[in-house]
Amino acid sequence: MQKNINQLRFLALLAIVGVSVYILMQLPITLGLDLQGGTRLVLEGQDTEKVKVSDDAMSGVVAVIRNRIDALGVTEPTIQRKGKDQVIVELPGVKDPERAIKLIGDTALLEFVEAEWSPGDARTISPEKLKEFYGPDAHIDYVKNVRGGRVESERVIILKKTALTGADLKGAWPGLDEYGNPVVDIEFNAEGAKMFSEVTARSVNKPIAIILDKKIISAPNVREPIPSGKAQISGSFSAEEVQDLVIKLKAGALPIPVRLVETRIVGPSLGKDSIDRSKVAGIIGFAIIIAFMVLYYRLPGFLADIALVIYVPLTLAGLALIRTTLTLPGIAAFLLSIGMAVDANIIIFERLKEELRLGKTIKASVDTAFQRAFAAILDSNVTTIVAAVTLFFVGTGTIRGFAVTLTVGILVSMFTALTLTRMMMDMMVDGKIVTKPESKLLYK
Amino acid sequence: MDVIKNTKLWFTISGLLILLAVFAFGFNAFVRGTPMNFGIDFTGGTLLNLRFEKPVSVAEVRSVLDNYKLGESIIQKSGENDVLVRTVPIEGDVRANIIKDLNDKVARAEILEADVIGPTIGKELATQAIWALIIASLGIIIYVSFRFEFKYAVSALIALYHDALITAGVIALLWRTVDVPFVAAILTIMGYSINDTIVIYDRIRENLKKPNLAKKNFGEVINISILETLARSINTVLTVIVMVICLLLLGGETLRDFALTLLIGFAIGTYSSIFIAPPILAIWAKSETKK
Repeated sequence: MQKNINQLRFLALLAIVGVSVYILMQLPITLGLDLQGGTRLVLEGQDTEKVKVSDDAMSGVVAVIRNRIDALGVTEPTIQRKGKDQVIVELPGVKDPERAIKLIGDTALLEFVEAEWSPGDARTISPEKLKEFYGPDAHIDYVKNVRGGRVESERVIILKKTALTGADLKGAWPGLDEYGNPVVDIEFNAEGAKMFSEVTARSVNKPIAIILDKKIISAPNVREPIPSGKAQISGSFSAEEVQDLVIKLKAGALPIPVRLVETRIVGPSLGKDSIDRSKVAGIIGFAIIIAFMVLYYRLPGFLADIALVIYVPLTLAGLALIRTTLTLPGIAAFLLSIGMAVDANIIIFERLKEELRLGKTIKASVDTAFQRAFAAILDSNVTTIVAAVTLFFVGTGTIRGFAVTLTVGILVSMFTALTLTRMMMDMMVDGKIVTKPESKLLYK
Repeated sequence: MDVIKNTKLWFTISGLLILLAVFAFGFNAFVRGTPMNFGIDFTGGTLLNLRFEKPVSVAEVRSVLDNYKLGESIIQKSGENDVLVRTVPIEGDVRANIIKDLNDKVARAEILEADVIGPTIGKELATQAIWALIIASLGIIIYVSFRFEFKYAVSALIALYHDALITAGVIALLWRTVDVPFVAAILTIMGYSINDTIVIYDRIRENLKKPNLAKKNFGEVINISILETLARSINTVLTVIVMVICLLLLGGETLRDFALTLLIGFAIGTYSSIFIAPPILAIWAKSETKK
């Protein structure tokens, strides 16, 4: 009977190891941005004269950003709101962060503005006169002729009135003009097409300025009315810029402009470095703890070591099960938790020594040691968890990973000490491996 | 060894350590203009951690930054080919241009890390850190009062603030950068340091029920409890400190300051669990019986 119990206990231990290894194989732990590399952005919504930051506006911002990122093809991005006016965007493994930042952060407000070339030098005309002649919204701007990054010439233009915006578009595609330069082909929706036809009819031999985020892209002269609702945006675009502009036009403009308040870019090598180094640190620390436990606590120490070896896959499996993202502070927490995991065992074994010194039998001593140590283990670990949970609720990003890992580690360590070590100690007692309390296997 | 009888000695030692911490804050505030070396997580700013394909000098990097009026930036070598730049917040375009210039004029550079933090984020972090401290304190007070007594909870908490203050003082003295990981480290120290205190409290709770100790006064019971649990107090912290030292020596640049903070905190935490929290509890209990 006693032998059977030990066989069952042994099977239970094997089952626990087997299940955790199986879980780890099925659910690999995802690495955080700081380990696999990637970009984290915090964007803050800005009030404008027309639109104030509001819940609706921020939801709109999130929706538009999500569309843009989806079009960019990032795997497993996270986009979440934080507080009243912030959006956190996390893009794992993005190769070109600068491009992603521009793509996400630009308002992408496209405007088609009725305009006129300035007769003579419009800079000498007062704003009041300008408004009197060309309408209440009229102001002057400059159309720059850029070649190879240098401004070659500048022409003064009078912008009269915004006729259409990106919201009137039906679609946008990358295309090529007759010289093979990258352009964006656009098509207006039914209403937009009608308006565009009217505007072009009014503007024959006058320019229409195409403006993106208050910057004039081009101001082509209208040769004849365009009834088809199709047009082409040309500028000195690269193929990539055209692609990004298409993404932005399709996803629509942000309802309010956003400002980048936090950018964190982590290259892929830093994380690899960190993982390699922490592995070495962890293995050496682990070895020292294992050796210490055997040397100081003899056979019980060895059993605690076995429990500790089981603790590692068990904790990792626990982290995988709750879909934790492993961050660098998370790795630190995991290594710390290995150091803490033996604490409960030490509390139990010190107690065991005391009980044995009182002259009790081994079985009675083991029973009392576990019983008495329970309150100390529970109370001391709960207080640590209180601090870890606080970290989770106030911390951000990587620190959350730290808090979660620490909490899971402490919970699993309580389980391994109170259940696994207990089971193995009982095996030791029932298997008659140690019979005399003064045995050299128990303590010196 | 009698811990309780020598209370004055422990309080003097701790008093001196706290004075050292206060001196460190004051010294830094006067000489360097800020009590601690707050990093960009708190102050806002830009951090560029770059790996060049060959060793480069700080002067070469500075000459490029000079073109952007950023010549005053803190530029350090953080490894053979690695350079760390700390400066004011800059726009994304500027950052991209700087890296392009470095590539063209100095050597090919790979971004290890590039952070730009706006000043508002830092203020939010400071508020969050203070909230974390308050909530963790309340949680500990409530749980320990519930499992033990209010005076146990307050004594433990005083010891924790003692640990946090001295640790922060040493970090200030060493002029280590204080960023988000520092906040995490301080909270971890508080969470872990109370562990040892609770183990001693648990023994006091148990010993108070023992008939053969009924004649002893509270201070003596505390002292017996401390001595009985001394081996485990030391051994539990030893195993954790082993890991922290491994992280400190082998864990790489990113975890070094974090591990250092933990090492200082855990060491002081063990000291305070034995020599600060129990004596405060003894004094409190004594003043209650006098009434």
